[in-house]
Amino acid sequence: MLQLPYKSQAVAKPYFIAAIGLFVGQILFGLILGLQYVIGDFLFPAIPFNVARMVHTNLLIVWLLFGFMGAAYYLVPEESETELHSPLLAYVLFWVFLIAGVLTVVGYLAVPYATLAEMTGNSLLETMGREFLEQPLPTKVGIVVVALAFLYNIGMTLLKGRKTAISMILLIGLIGLAVLFLFAFYNPSNLVKDKYFWWWVVHLWVEGVWELIMAAILGFVLLRITGVDREVIEKWLYVIVTLALVTGIIGTGHHYYWIGTPGYWQWWGGIFSALEPLPFFAMTVFCFNMVNRRRRQHPNKAATLWALGTGVMAFLGAGVWGFLHTLAPINYYTHGSQITAAHGHLAFFGAYVMVVLTIISYAMPMLRGREVNPERAQVLEMWSFWLMTVSMVFITLFLTAAGILQVWLQRIIPDPQAFMGVQDQLALFYWMRWIAGIVFFIGLGVYIYSFFAKDKPETVPTGEVQPATT
Amino acid sequence: MSAMFTKAMARNMFYGGTVFFILLFLALTFHTIRQIPQRIPGETPSPEVARGKMLWETRNCIGCHTLLGEGAYFAPELGNVYKRRGGEFIKVWIKVQPTKVPGRRQMPQFHFTDQQLDDLVAFLKWTSEINTENWPPNIQG
Ligand code: HEM
Ligand code: HEM
Ligand SMILES: [Fe+2]
Repeated sequence: MLQLPYKSQAVAKPYFIAAIGLFVGQILFGLILGLQYVIGDFLFPAIPFNVARMVHTNLLIVWLLFGFMGAAYYLVPEESETELHSPLLAYVLFWVFLIAGVLTVVGYLAVPYATLAEMTGNSLLETMGREFLEQPLPTKVGIVVVALAFLYNIGMTLLKGRKTAISMILLIGLIGLAVLFLFAFYNPSNLVKDKYFWWWVVHLWVEGVWELIMAAILGFVLLRITGVDREVIEKWLYVIVTLALVTGIIGTGHHYYWIGTPGYWQWWGGIFSALEPLPFFAMTVFCFNMVNRRRRQHPNKAATLWALGTGVMAFLGAGVWGFLHTLAPINYYTHGSQITAAHGHLAFFGAYVMVVLTIISYAMPMLRGREVNPERAQVLEMWSFWLMTVSMVFITLFLTAAGILQVWLQRIIPDPQAFMGVQDQLALFYWMRWIAGIVFFIGLGVYIYSFFAKDKPETVPTGEVQPATT
Repeated sequence: MSAMFTKAMARNMFYGGTVFFILLFLALTFHTIRQIPQRIPGETPSPEVARGKMLWETRNCIGCHTLLGEGAYFAPELGNVYKRRGGEFIKVWIKVQPTKVPGRRQMPQFHFTDQQLDDLVAFLKWTSEINTENWPPNIQG
């Protein structure tokens, strides 16, 4: 059995397992949504589209948070060169978060949303019913409590140990994540203000503080895998996160074009968000540069592939597909169309799904007491990488095609057509998206199977006498 | 990266840049919040509008529809539905759901009272009168 550098890193393991489990749930509900797009009454009224969608997006966010927390528990002790402040607290928080998450999803599925709102005291403080922030009040409070206790645990570990740039950037990202979530509790009856600050959670997460978390995780994994000088890696990280926040904060303005906020945001938002691909491009260059300059050949090939894949796909999904519709004159036509959905999928997958799968790929073998996975398990994992990545690219391309047609028929031609009529004409693309989704699901199955794959016993060349089996 | 550009310099650039742009963003936010009352119908939303918004949220309408282009893309834009259809149509529409047309996308039945329907329409009317810089491009949303 391989010993972990620090015993307490072991707490990361249940976090990673839960993340993968919830990932499966997310994709199952994605497939339900995809079918409802073309067979409108599929599972209605048992699971209306809005319910399936909440489950799909909330599971995504929750499993990514499990992944981030697992990453922090794995990475911070090793970086700080000390045991985690309280492994017990980490285990307790794991169960609290998992139970809260599962109960919330059960609540979505078991009772009508309005009833859930009533049962959980939404009238005390009205926070529910906004996209991504659908959770009942107790869940939201639970998230804050778990986040605070988690930050305390990580913070105390950092305080007593070595403070590296990697762990500082990770910590700033995690603190930012928790602080910005507090805006989920602000819901004024003025819709414009509500929307304005809603983006402080949503945009400032994915195009702000989460980029710090992502950079720190990538930096950590690349440092271990390539053996490149820490100074070089950490300098890169600071450049990446500077670019992220310098462009991403004012870049929030690309959501302030048409929601009742002043017209000057078309300039502020347009210019700064047009620069938002830069940090993602820097991450791509960083990943390839470090791997090219590697000082050792790390035996975990799958983890290297995930790291490089993250660099490329995050740039495509966030950088290229984000840039596509970020300038105000273009966004005027594409706003809230299937183009948005296409970008949302590739960006979330390429950046945050893949970075979590990168750290899992790197850390999980060691958490299971081996240096690396057996060859066959790695080959299967790499197959799952390609299946999921390529099918997600196709999901994106089909949605982009649907989006272009939608915008054309509904918003550009001289005699614009009504929404529902246009949707009917896009059915072919939605079917193809669904088939690509099935391939994604198969890829996920291969991924999970790879955890249980062992090397086949060496095959014996034919012609030789084989020992009798007993 | 060149040896001239040290890690300490990169770190300072990060902290300095971040603080500067947070402050700039806060200043723009301050200005925007002061402008909003002139861009919405009436200085603040009326009690009916506020109740309508609460109904909109607790039924999770955003889980299928967009509102000013934000939300889900499964069902039509409702930021301008008041202008597209008018208040009476909206109320009747909500009352007769679901259509149960086989294969068609279905909207749930919410069992609203007449008062609640009026509140919802008030909210949608209010929303349709926000100055959105002429978005959406046409009445189809
Ligand atoms: C990993 C980073 C990113 C993620 C996870 C992400 C995700 C998303 C998601 C989920 C939405 C839809 C939000 C909604 O439901 O209304 C969205 C909208 C948008 N994103 Fe991103 N995004 C990322 C980065 C970027 C970047 C770098 C750009 C610009 C270069 C960008 C430009 C946009 C724009 C313009 C919209 C609004 C689309 C509309 O008007 O409907 N995104 N993003
Ligand atoms: C089997 C694969 C998948 C299918 C068929 C699928 C399908 C869908 C559908 C139909 C929607 C609702 C769009 C709407 O509002 O009208 C949706 C939303 C969303 N899904 Fe997926 N999904 C899949 C996988 C994923 C994955 C892997 C991710 C994360 C990387 C993801 C992230 C999201 C996000 C962020 C949204 C909200 C998008 C937005 O607001 O713009 N989905 N998905
Ligand atoms: Fe954004």
